[in-house]
Amino acid sequence: MNTADTIFALSSGAPPAAIAIMRISGPVAFDILRGLSGRVPPPRRASVCSLRSPETQEILDQALVLVFPGPDTATGEDLVELHLHGGRAVVRAVANAIDKFPGARRAEAGEFTRRAFANGRMDLNEAEGLADLLSAETEWQRRAAAKMFGGAFSAAIEEYRQDVLRLSALTEAELDFSDEGDVDSQNNISITKGCEKLRQKIAQLLVSPPAEKLKDGLRVVLAGPPNSGKSTLLNALVGREAAIVSDIAGTTRDMIEVPMAVEGVALLFTDTAGLRDDSADVIERIGIDRSHAAMQQADILLWLGTEGDSPAHPNLIQIAAKSDVNQMVEKSADAIAVSAVTGAGMSELLYMVAERAKTLLPPPDQFAINARQRAFLADAASALAACGDSADWLIIAENLRQARRALDALTGLAHTEDLLDTIFGKFCVGK
Amino acid sequence: MTTDFDIIVVGGGHAGTEAAAVAARMGLHVALVSFGKDMIGAMSCNPAIGGLGKGHLVREVDAFDGLIGSAADDAAVHYRMLNASKGAAVQGPRIQADRKLFRASIQTQLAGLANLDVVEAEAAALHFLPTAPTRVAGLVLGDGSTITSAAVVLATGTFLGGKLFRGEERLDGGRVGEASAMLLAQQLRGADLPIARLKTGTPPRLDGRTIDWSRLEMQPSDDNDWTMSSMRSRRSVPQLFCAMSRTNSHTHDIIRSGLHRSPLFGGDIEGRGPRYCPSIEDKIFRFGDREGHQVFLEPEGLDSHFIYPNGISTSLPTDIQAAMVRSMVGLEQCEIVVPGYAVEYDYIDPRCLDTSLAVRGFDGLYCAGQINGTTGYEEAAAQGLVAGMGAASKILAQPMPPIDRTNSYIAVMIDDLTLQGVTEPYRMLTARAEYRLRLRSDNAASRLTPLAIAAGAVGSERAAAFQDRLLRQSELQGRLEKTVSADVLIKLGIAVKQDAGKMSLFDWLRFPQVSIAQLLELDGAVGPQDLIMELEQDGRYAPYLARQEAEINDMAANEQIQLSALMDYSGISGLSHEMVERLAASRPENLAAASRIRGITPAALAAILVHAKRAKIAVAQAA
Repeated sequence: MNTADTIFALSSGAPPAAIAIMRISGPVAFDILRGLSGRVPPPRRASVCSLRSPETQEILDQALVLVFPGPDTATGEDLVELHLHGGRAVVRAVANAIDKFPGARRAEAGEFTRRAFANGRMDLNEAEGLADLLSAETEWQRRAAAKMFGGAFSAAIEEYRQDVLRLSALTEAELDFSDEGDVDSQNNISITKGCEKLRQKIAQLLVSPPAEKLKDGLRVVLAGPPNSGKSTLLNALVGREAAIVSDIAGTTRDMIEVPMAVEGVALLFTDTAGLRDDSADVIERIGIDRSHAAMQQADILLWLGTEGDSPAHPNLIQIAAKSDVNQMVEKSADAIAVSAVTGAGMSELLYMVAERAKTLLPPPDQFAINARQRAFLADAASALAACGDSADWLIIAENLRQARRALDALTGLAHTEDLLDTIFGKFCVGK
Repeated sequence: MTTDFDIIVVGGGHAGTEAAAVAARMGLHVALVSFGKDMIGAMSCNPAIGGLGKGHLVREVDAFDGLIGSAADDAAVHYRMLNASKGAAVQGPRIQADRKLFRASIQTQLAGLANLDVVEAEAAALHFLPTAPTRVAGLVLGDGSTITSAAVVLATGTFLGGKLFRGEERLDGGRVGEASAMLLAQQLRGADLPIARLKTGTPPRLDGRTIDWSRLEMQPSDDNDWTMSSMRSRRSVPQLFCAMSRTNSHTHDIIRSGLHRSPLFGGDIEGRGPRYCPSIEDKIFRFGDREGHQVFLEPEGLDSHFIYPNGISTSLPTDIQAAMVRSMVGLEQCEIVVPGYAVEYDYIDPRCLDTSLAVRGFDGLYCAGQINGTTGYEEAAAQGLVAGMGAASKILAQPMPPIDRTNSYIAVMIDDLTLQGVTEPYRMLTARAEYRLRLRSDNAASRLTPLAIAAGAVGSERAAAFQDRLLRQSELQGRLEKTVSADVLIKLGIAVKQDAGKMSLFDWLRFPQVSIAQLLELDGAVGPQDLIMELEQDGRYAPYLARQEAEINDMAANEQIQLSALMDYSGISGLSHEMVERLAASRPENLAAASRIRGITPAALAAILVHAKRAKIAVAQAA
């Protein structure tokens, strides 16, 4: 525990609501409860208490109270939850009463989580997971965040860390003890094999789709020649007039981005300027350049132009637009025929986009790794790869040390002592 | 105030002699207090100096013009480079010493220091200034007299509250046949210092005339010509053989039959022993399934028939020791001259020391060696050097030489001790040094002698030799700046890739198949061997050293953020109980040091950083 302030905040949504949960965490949390209700009920059991103003003894609310003694709590500190009646005035009155206790103050944004992190209740990855969980809007985001918050990622990293520690211990034993007859000298093939096996495990994680796609949404770009119906299709897909539609070719000049969740997957639909080579309009030409850039970055490309003109893209869906009128462009049978006017093919298209999107996202039963995590994992993988390039025990040891540093940076710090513990636990060394 | 001496050093072991000698080299008037003049420089355990990690320490102390390297060469009857088949950074030079010659060399070297007096007496108690109870002002001797000084270095080894164990026998003393410093121990315990117990042990000494050497595998001294000290150009003592025997299942049965009579397992010894130098009963208890444990038979001297059986340290009863020894090949008829025993002794939690090994909360009190929870001559010598320089630097009002984890094993050890404390006797290992690739035993002089010269810790003879060495080194470096193409090397018969391009000779050294000897042949003359080998290794690992630079720079930035020794860690929000306890015990001097303390998380570091900055602003505003 520490001598920090005791913090409190309304931890449920904005009142009015049926109930409002006020959380108090810190060294005087129980004193505050005693001051409000005259007692501290038994831990981890819901108890009904009358909360009174310490000054006037007037009843503020009848609350359901939960008491959690630290350090085995969400924040690692003494923690009290007051389940109040969820009216604005009730919440305000109780908050004002708590605020008057010495050592108490209103919590800053994210402060409960920060305390949990500082008190070792969760590591950096779990804290990131919690933040994602709280901001999750789609089902896929929620599942991935829950996986991260639940510590599945940290558990995997810990497993890798133990692997590296074991390999390091073998290497260090060779360096520090084999020549004194304590440890039988070994060849380094078993170690480099171990490094390679671990590198492959990490590499598998690295090729999994990045977490940012889950959060920011996959880019679905509508592209094609001018007047091919891109903007009309966009409006139909998202169900509102997001883009200006006219019969004049080159109406859309800048990109229009509309986020939307389809089947629990976050998508970012992007309408682009129609592609043509002969535009004399300077601004339209800039728009066309941007269209090319957007197509490059697209996760899924919806192509409304002639099939032979379609750009190379791994996730291209051919669209035969304006199916209600005579087809303007030539499409093969595989193309999806849609009509923004009649609505024909629209749900089929959305389903197809969502299915394609799911293959590009981290699967829901797996945690998704973000850019920070990816960078450290890549460092670890390349250090492990370098272990196989040298027959020099010293270089192997140095590369393993780099791998250890990278994994330590993911979850926290470790020290040489961890390594020595592993060596001494494994070998009978010393004379 | 005039004092009898500038510095008083208590203890004539490896720590005490180095402390006294370096302070004397720095121009101060030093008293070395020891029970017996003749015992100064005695090796109380194994007759070896150096080894893995330890050889680095010897070379580093030597780079500061210390005694241990030269004494090792003056006494060496056997030379061996451990890890000779591995990279230079982990090679550990080790010698077997003739005990008498070693002691004689230390005593001769000390006698050569004009302003160092040896005082033969018992150190009874620290003398404090009457007006300032934490200001050390000298030493009360066994006869009641007092000698005064500005600083006292305690290097009492196992003599502080030392207690010997052998089977059912118990004795007071730090070494068999010698008294222990009980009075001093009582005073320190009374002074509110964090004191606990550790144990160590020693094997029986064997009569070499009763060993059947013909049945044993012999290990000759290696036939190279390297030396421990750069001030000794060649080997001067006749060389002897070592030999190897092995424990077997019968030995293990005998040991098991005596376990219940061992003070280690009877619960009589409370102190913890070293995991890397366990007693043979410990090894059998923990790793009994192993077929056998190697035992090195090491000669104790040219004119001594004592043999030191390295690997069977024990405190079993004498009869079990004899049976155990005789169960091994070659030792069937062997006589024990002195039985082995365990020593339990007081040590001070080294986390109460600063990086000059001064005891925090006192003025002028320093500790070095086993008293700080370490084991080993080399570890002791290195601490003696640091404490001696610390005390001398303070008196001379000059900064300590800037040693840190990136430039020396010495600093790695000091940092480990003062930040992490110990749970068992601390021994140097190369695994402890994260920047091991740059800390080789062959480049200790290049790394440290310039710092030592700047601190005034180097005598004129070595200073001159080092200047000469620098000249030759830069001449060699100049020759390696020449740029050649892959074709040139291929013509010399070196297997490099044709498309590797053009680079300096030094850069070519990163390829393991390229040797410096081949490169230097390009223009004829070959220089001094030690410098050449050092340069070759510099080139070999240059790319890795470059990669470590970023890491080292990160650390340097955090080293700039000083943490007050008075900081109230319990007042920092976000630190757990355990973290507060560890930080308060170690009192890290800067943020980089705090980050190395076990269990300190990045979040905790951020909290400490914010707190330190706030405190600094508060101080600035108050001023």
